[in-house]
Amino acid sequence: MEQLIQQIASGLANGAIYASLALALVMIFVSTDHINFAQGEMAMFSAYLCWQVMQWGLNFWIALPLVALGSFLAGVAIQRMILQPLHNAPVLSVVVVFIGLLTIFHSLAGGIWSFTIKEFPSPFPKVAFAGSGYLGSHQVGMILVTLLLLFGLYAFFRFTPLGLAMRAAAQNPGSARLVGVRVDWMLALGWGLAAVVGAVAGTMVAPVVYLEPNMMASILLYGFAGALVGGISSPGGAVAGGFIVGVLENLIAYFGNLLEKTSGIYVIGNGEKLSVALVIVIIVLTLKPDGLFGQVSIKRV
Amino acid sequence: MAKLLEVSGLKAYYGSTQALFDVNLALDQGGVITLLGANGAGKSTTLRAICGMVRTGGSIRLDGQPIGGKATEDIVRLGVGHVPEGRGTFARLTVDENLRVATHARRDKAAVERDRDMVLEYFPILKERLTQQAGTLSGGEQQMLAISRALMLGPRLMLLDEPSFGLAPLIVQEIFRIMRRINSEARVSMLLVEQNAALALDLADHAYVLETGRVVLSGEAAVVKSDAAIRKSYLGY
Repeated sequence: MEQLIQQIASGLANGAIYASLALALVMIFVSTDHINFAQGEMAMFSAYLCWQVMQWGLNFWIALPLVALGSFLAGVAIQRMILQPLHNAPVLSVVVVFIGLLTIFHSLAGGIWSFTIKEFPSPFPKVAFAGSGYLGSHQVGMILVTLLLLFGLYAFFRFTPLGLAMRAAAQNPGSARLVGVRVDWMLALGWGLAAVVGAVAGTMVAPVVYLEPNMMASILLYGFAGALVGGISSPGGAVAGGFIVGVLENLIAYFGNLLEKTSGIYVIGNGEKLSVALVIVIIVLTLKPDGLFGQVSIKRV
Repeated sequence: MAKLLEVSGLKAYYGSTQALFDVNLALDQGGVITLLGANGAGKSTTLRAICGMVRTGGSIRLDGQPIGGKATEDIVRLGVGHVPEGRGTFARLTVDENLRVATHARRDKAAVERDRDMVLEYFPILKERLTQQAGTLSGGEQQMLAISRALMLGPRLMLLDEPSFGLAPLIVQEIFRIMRRINSEARVSMLLVEQNAALALDLADHAYVLETGRVVLSGEAAVVKSDAAIRKSYLGY
């Protein structure tokens, strides 16, 4: 039982990262119908930048806002300079651009910082607190920072005029232009914000998976699984989906191990976590293509 | 009197297909003009051309300033409220958000408050629906919301694309009654596209009849309305 609770708790910690990645994917998807395959590599690159700034002697909590700002500007620039000119291009061209971005960031990181694994120190003090038997201090910090970010974004989209304009632009670009919304800039802003979310996720997960150019590959897959499970059209659903996938992968490994211990038959374990995540995606997409929380908007005509 | 809107030699293209040929229109400050004609005559295209939503040639002037070739959002910010065909409300935003999104670029907070009070006084039903998703409104309510949203831009000119479309006669009467008040009280000039010619001619002071992308007839609304020959050959009633 102790172990079960611990597995769920650490699943939530991983889930927080998947949820962030899922949200970054959804933010771009809802306004452009594109899945940014480079989202994970962008996050990885941000994590490297953060590490570099810290190597120069700055504290993590000063480095993170700097890197977030840099990622935001880079996200905006990528949309304005690379994707904006392609807004009428067929979807495959855009996919190729995403794969290109992925490779570029991957090679750049390897070229600048080498492909050897680096340690990324946890920014959170090692303090004991209630329930610390279940979660390490970094995991708790990771969950808190992610939740803070998610609530911040929610408040931005829900309560600010700019957030409202971005939602309008994503929902109906034509009508948004007719109320004076600069739709192209809203898309760029969405890219910038997605890059910030990725940067936070990357720096939060780096102490866990260590710093190396491949660090985000499987995390992006989990994030994508989370987004699909929750509903790729629903930001709230994607976040929930990320947490669900995080907990599920741990539970499956836990029960797999339990089964092996009691019956001696190995069915499933840590090695199959990722496959199971993808099987879940397929099941959800078959039974409920909009995802668990996908939007079924009510319309009367 | 100064012309608020002056369109001359207007051409419009969808890809390589030309949809408007040499359309000329003029709208006085505070006036209402209507574009009539059959389906496909180019009425909606004219509105879309004025708003920069299609590729155009010729000249479009708002208050003497050329606006042809500008981006839609910039034209809108000059005070042009377009109520599009099919209403274009944001179905998954609430009624309140639909109204607020139109004011996101406005800095005159006091005037925004006044416009909001005015709009909710014109269409009190929207006050009851403020927190409801716009997609759940009835057709008439959505049309009211679309007009209200355009008003929240604080426009000098409203372009209305078939506000009566698909609505029950009583609702249509109500909406046209309010449009008349918007014109006379809020001093918003209007360019109205309508299938329902009789209704449009009651509201407008000047009418233009379009046929296959050209203005084939124009004149004072009262004259057009009383001329049986025009009615029969162009307006079908």
